[in-house]
Amino acid sequence: MATADITTDAHHHHEQTFWSKYVFSTDHKMIAMQYMFTGMFMAAIGGFMAYVFRMQLAFPGMEVPLFGLVGPNDYNALITNHGTIMIFWVAMPVLIAAFGNFLIPLMIGCDDMVFPKINRLSYQIFLLSAVILLISLAVPGGGFAGAWTAYPPLSAQAQYSGTALGSTLWLVAVALEFVAFLLGGINFVTTAMNSRAPGMKMYDIPMVIWMIVIASVLFMASVGPLIAGAIMLFMDQVVGTGFYDPARGGDPVLWQHLFWFFGHPEVYVVLLPALGITADIMCVFARKKLFAYRTALWTVFGTGILSFTVWAHHQFVAGIDPRMAHIFTVTTLLISIPIAELCFIYIATLYGGSITLSTPMLWALAFVAEFLIGGVTGIFLGASGADIYFHDTYFVLAHFHYTFFPIAIIGTFAGITMWFPKMFGRYMSEFWGKVHFWGTVIPFNIIFIPLFFLGTIGQHRRIYDYTNFPELSLPWMQDLRQLATVALIVMLLFQFIFLINMFYSMFRGKKAPKNPWRANTLEWTTESPPPHGNWPEGLPEVYRGPYEYSTPGRDEDYWPQNVPS
Amino acid sequence: MIERYLVAASSYAQDIDNLILLIAVLVGFWLVLCEVVFFYFIWRFRARDGHKAEYVSGENKAHKRWITIPHLLVLVCDVFIIYGAVRVWVNVKQTLPPPDATVRVIGQQWAWTFVHPGADGKLDTADDIAKIDELHVEVGKTYHYELSARDVLHSFSVPVFRLKQDAVPGRIIRGWFEPTKTGEYSVQCAEICGMGHGLMGARIMIETPGEHAAWVAGQKPLSLASAR
Repeated sequence: MATADITTDAHHHHEQTFWSKYVFSTDHKMIAMQYMFTGMFMAAIGGFMAYVFRMQLAFPGMEVPLFGLVGPNDYNALITNHGTIMIFWVAMPVLIAAFGNFLIPLMIGCDDMVFPKINRLSYQIFLLSAVILLISLAVPGGGFAGAWTAYPPLSAQAQYSGTALGSTLWLVAVALEFVAFLLGGINFVTTAMNSRAPGMKMYDIPMVIWMIVIASVLFMASVGPLIAGAIMLFMDQVVGTGFYDPARGGDPVLWQHLFWFFGHPEVYVVLLPALGITADIMCVFARKKLFAYRTALWTVFGTGILSFTVWAHHQFVAGIDPRMAHIFTVTTLLISIPIAELCFIYIATLYGGSITLSTPMLWALAFVAEFLIGGVTGIFLGASGADIYFHDTYFVLAHFHYTFFPIAIIGTFAGITMWFPKMFGRYMSEFWGKVHFWGTVIPFNIIFIPLFFLGTIGQHRRIYDYTNFPELSLPWMQDLRQLATVALIVMLLFQFIFLINMFYSMFRGKKAPKNPWRANTLEWTTESPPPHGNWPEGLPEVYRGPYEYSTPGRDEDYWPQNVPS
Repeated sequence: MIERYLVAASSYAQDIDNLILLIAVLVGFWLVLCEVVFFYFIWRFRARDGHKAEYVSGENKAHKRWITIPHLLVLVCDVFIIYGAVRVWVNVKQTLPPPDATVRVIGQQWAWTFVHPGADGKLDTADDIAKIDELHVEVGKTYHYELSARDVLHSFSVPVFRLKQDAVPGRIIRGWFEPTKTGEYSVQCAEICGMGHGLMGARIMIETPGEHAAWVAGQKPLSLASAR
């Protein structure tokens, strides 16, 4: 404790200028805000890209307002960078880096990350990677246009892609992003393991913290092979080596293995933080203990381990040995077991609750309801025999948007609306929060249900104009495409309501007390917003688990972790 | 299910459709069950004045049963799906029934080249017929395809066959199909292959034996064509 006090004192005597407070800060909360706002800025770009290519699909050849004509290479570059941005520059920075940075020290009861300067470096490298990615869109030849999976030889040889500089800058940006998250991951795991408040045992750690920690471990364990793969791809692009060139003894399929060895655990890297955010919110607003905490936790460990064994289900028809498909069908279908178990746990948590449909709770419930659809449609693709047909159709696209949208968008809004009072000391408007909720979730379903259907009848992916395919350009199909596009535009417009609500509430919202939701976890025991050092009067101690809601024999229906028995 | 919108025109198309239907029924059951219970709970356990939530840890056996039993039932469904998937996969991708003829399928930016055996029924002879973006096959015959790519990855996709196979430069990948319905259908490239990926469509003509023989007879042999 003595050491902690000295550090807190040191922080207090230190005069903060604008630069040291907002730009070169080592405070985990400020770094969390930097990650969050950078992620939201990138989300706006990724969303704009979706608008442009969906307009091209709905009205082929049209001059898209705010963009202009969409050529075939523009189209490919837009879809490529939409995917890349939404996963690497939105889902990861917001869900893992922003919430991880903000919540880990506050929820485990310490004053900051264990390596604050590494933390700052992590964000700086991340920012650099984002800048490089944005530059790559504007270089001669255009941005990288070989899909976010970057399969060689298309991604490796400029003679095939025509985007020599764009491909390389894209790859450099992605590699730097990985470096940023390796640095962040080290911090998250170390801090959660070493700096917990006295009394906080392993099973007293809130689920969201466990999930972010496990996600960081998954990321760090899976990204190595891809970094090796990326270096080989970089060499192929720049030096002219032939790691992926069959004419010179290389093999293009090697990249696919390295990419998906990372790429599939990556799904769980972003899924787990969203699951954790949802679990914590559901417990607070159902006033319930999380059903079978230990089972849930071990189930997540199981999911994480299994996620390393399923990667080649992305490659059933890629030219792998057909016998290998059986192994990956079995492992992929097996992963439905822990995920189904988690769904049952979430549903069981609601049982007997006292549920208030606040805005964060609506987002959390919507996450479960929508993610279920994403989960079950994955079974079609994990079953090798059915994937022969579904591979690279819009069924795949709709499936993973039903997983990633709940994760990256619904999960993020759940987290922001939940912890906004803690972040800024003020409430957001509940009314406008609900308007934004319905205005996002309803159009989301109207976008992707038609795409499930179009995929089922054979619409293949990454095609900029279906009029080249007579079977796919019947008038009613075009109507469905236009429906999806209109729904997307409606959904994007509703995001302005969120932005206005957020920025208005940040400065003018009703003041929030320390613990507006009457929640148990430690972040609610300090001021809103927490000062530098988090608990200036001394760090909290922990006496029980995070989910002691509605405990029998107590008047209050919550029992904060730091209150002595 | 799919056949209402897209003809099933190969010997295994119906098997794949049936597998998809099996999965749809099994996962559909769980999806509907979960969503119904989920929304029922949200309604049933809504906050009411003077009503406190129950304290359920979920750690004892009686409670855990509510998740372990469904979870075992999911496992049973998985076994059925794995069985169905493996059966279809073995038939489509892992076995090669003896062919009546072989066609060569070559992907390149951004067109398909199809080399048909001519009247002699053999490839690499003087009467081979090479066509761009046009594949002619005879209904009821078993075909092998020899799939290759000249530059980047492509994917040979024939939706009416429910068939898809990536073409990888440097490899020749062998597979099979047996057309069961005549007509003209779409052939796609299903793997992004650069700027012209959206243009890389071809047509497959499934012909009766008589039509096919007439088409073969009407073609100039490859060697002659290239000699000119």
